[in-house]
Amino acid sequence: MSAYVLTDSWTMTRRGLAHWARKPVAVLVGLVFPVMMLVMFAYFLGGGMGVADYREFLVPGMFALTMAFGLESTMIAVTQDLNKGVLDRFRSMPMAPSAVLVGRSLIDMLQSALSLLVLLAVGLAMGWRWHGGLAEVLAALGLLLLLRFGLLWAGIYLGMVAGKPEMVQAVQILVWPVAFLSNAFTSPDTMPGWMGALAEWNPMSATAQAVRELFGNPLWGGGGSWPTEHALLLAVLWPLVLLAVFFPLAVRRYRALGA
Amino acid sequence: MTNTDHAILVEDLRKEYGPKHALDGLGLTVPRGTVQAVLGPNGAGKTTLVRVLATLLRPTSGRAEVAGLDVLRHPDAVRARIGLLGQHAAVDEELSGWQNLEMFGRLYHLGTRGAAARARELLDGFGLSDTGRKPVARYSGGMRRRLDLAASLITEPDILFLDEPTTGLDPRGRTEVWESVRALVGGGTTVLLTTQYLEEADQLADAITVVDHGRVAAEGTSDQLKARLGADRIDVVSRDSGDLAPAAAALGAVAGAGEVFTDPDRRLASAAVTDRMTALTETVRALGAAGIEAEDIALRRPTLDEVFLSLTGGPTGEGGTGTPTGVGTAANTSTAFGTDPDRTDPDRTDPDRMDSDRMDTRGANA
Repeated sequence: MSAYVLTDSWTMTRRGLAHWARKPVAVLVGLVFPVMMLVMFAYFLGGGMGVADYREFLVPGMFALTMAFGLESTMIAVTQDLNKGVLDRFRSMPMAPSAVLVGRSLIDMLQSALSLLVLLAVGLAMGWRWHGGLAEVLAALGLLLLLRFGLLWAGIYLGMVAGKPEMVQAVQILVWPVAFLSNAFTSPDTMPGWMGALAEWNPMSATAQAVRELFGNPLWGGGGSWPTEHALLLAVLWPLVLLAVFFPLAVRRYRALGA
Repeated sequence: MTNTDHAILVEDLRKEYGPKHALDGLGLTVPRGTVQAVLGPNGAGKTTLVRVLATLLRPTSGRAEVAGLDVLRHPDAVRARIGLLGQHAAVDEELSGWQNLEMFGRLYHLGTRGAAARARELLDGFGLSDTGRKPVARYSGGMRRRLDLAASLITEPDILFLDEPTTGLDPRGRTEVWESVRALVGGGTTVLLTTQYLEEADQLADAITVVDHGRVAAEGTSDQLKARLGADRIDVVSRDSGDLAPAAAALGAVAGAGEVFTDPDRRLASAAVTDRMTALTETVRALGAAGIEAEDIALRRPTLDEVFLSLTGGPTGEGGTGTPTGVGTAANTSTAFGTDPDRTDPDRTDPDRMDSDRMDTRGANA
């Protein structure tokens, strides 16, 4: 049975691709949204930051933010799938049960990778540059996708817990402050002490800080604190912790659907 | 692999949701190659039973075997042998019919080419070959149900579960589904069919199990169930509505102990009788003596509706006492008799639904 995990997961990924082909506009909007955010922050607010190279700082932050926002789209997709009759058919077929979830994670990773490429191109067009070698760039992209992967399984689990698309809205409201309570837009040094500490420990901040280091972009203070000094380590650890917690939870929750 | 004579074996099956018992010790045996109808009102436990048998739901206790395989211990082996047509279309609405069938074919591990060929074959077989790229969301109800049925048949399952296959369909869609089911049964598939339509059970099933409150209320063939209610009935339709009361009195005298139901709208009086031919003659004589002109006098077997009502004590499920159902109360029971005045064939029953609540959701019924 587990012999079919790969083929069945691929079939489920193809299903996701077929959905894309059915609604190209929605796919396009999904890709354009982070670009809009980047442009808004770079041009509407960037001038007020009083720093010449704000874009150098902002673009990697937006990369990390986009990965974090992927949590929402995963949750929405999962709740929608749960409320469709087709799930009954999948569950009554001799397919690998995990393929439904693995297929979801693959299609979402694909979306995020595309999104990252688009954002990268727009960043370059806006004058952002990386200053390291290709290996560092690839490592940075890898860390971003790793964060996405960890959050993705959190999203799958939370989507199943929420159960209904309406419940997702409540979570969406929480995603925003959590995502902004980070170093994506500004240094945690500028925040009140306790808030800055939270922002520094935010998994998203660790990834943003780490990719800034790898890209050779400015880090803007944050000197001395443990999480900023060990951003690379945390950028690897945090997603792994998320995975270790949420992957088994998600699989168990899916298996228990018939209880 | 204990008992392979039986396609389905259910013993003392229970499913409890807190204090609510969706299944309350239900037992059922379905021989191979037969069509079994599970007949009951909303909330009787029909869908819960199907979901347990299709490995979608864990029972609280009891035993359930499909194709000789325990559904809890060998769910994968069971899944490889069954097809499921649920109450709600279990297909991907965003994709086309072909895309759906091809995807399911791959998930049944028919391979890329095998899945494509099977999808084409099923689309042709179910009259859906001209649907092209149109997403299922734009299909009519009947088309969607046919696609759903096609999806249940990708691997030609040994056992097919049909959970209220015609609920919500117009008469044409219903006929289409019935024809498909009959064709399948000809091929040797065992079918377990749940329905609220008495006619459906009568038309399609070899055996009928009447379920109410998660328990078996009665079982047997349609004829056996009708016989259980006992006597044949005599229906008298008076020509003039003023004649209905005396006609009912005349009929009552013949029927003796049997209660006479009347339906003023149809000018109908109906009563169970014991000695069929004598009773018919006596009725004609009694009506003549009273000077009543009858438009129609018919001797007939009881309909399944009457059997159903007498077995379940009413058409509503658990807690449904407050719902006006149109057929449930004693005052208008006669409307459920299927004895329309324009009806000539006494054995035909209109598929009156046995409840008024069409808004039943999967969640509520599961």
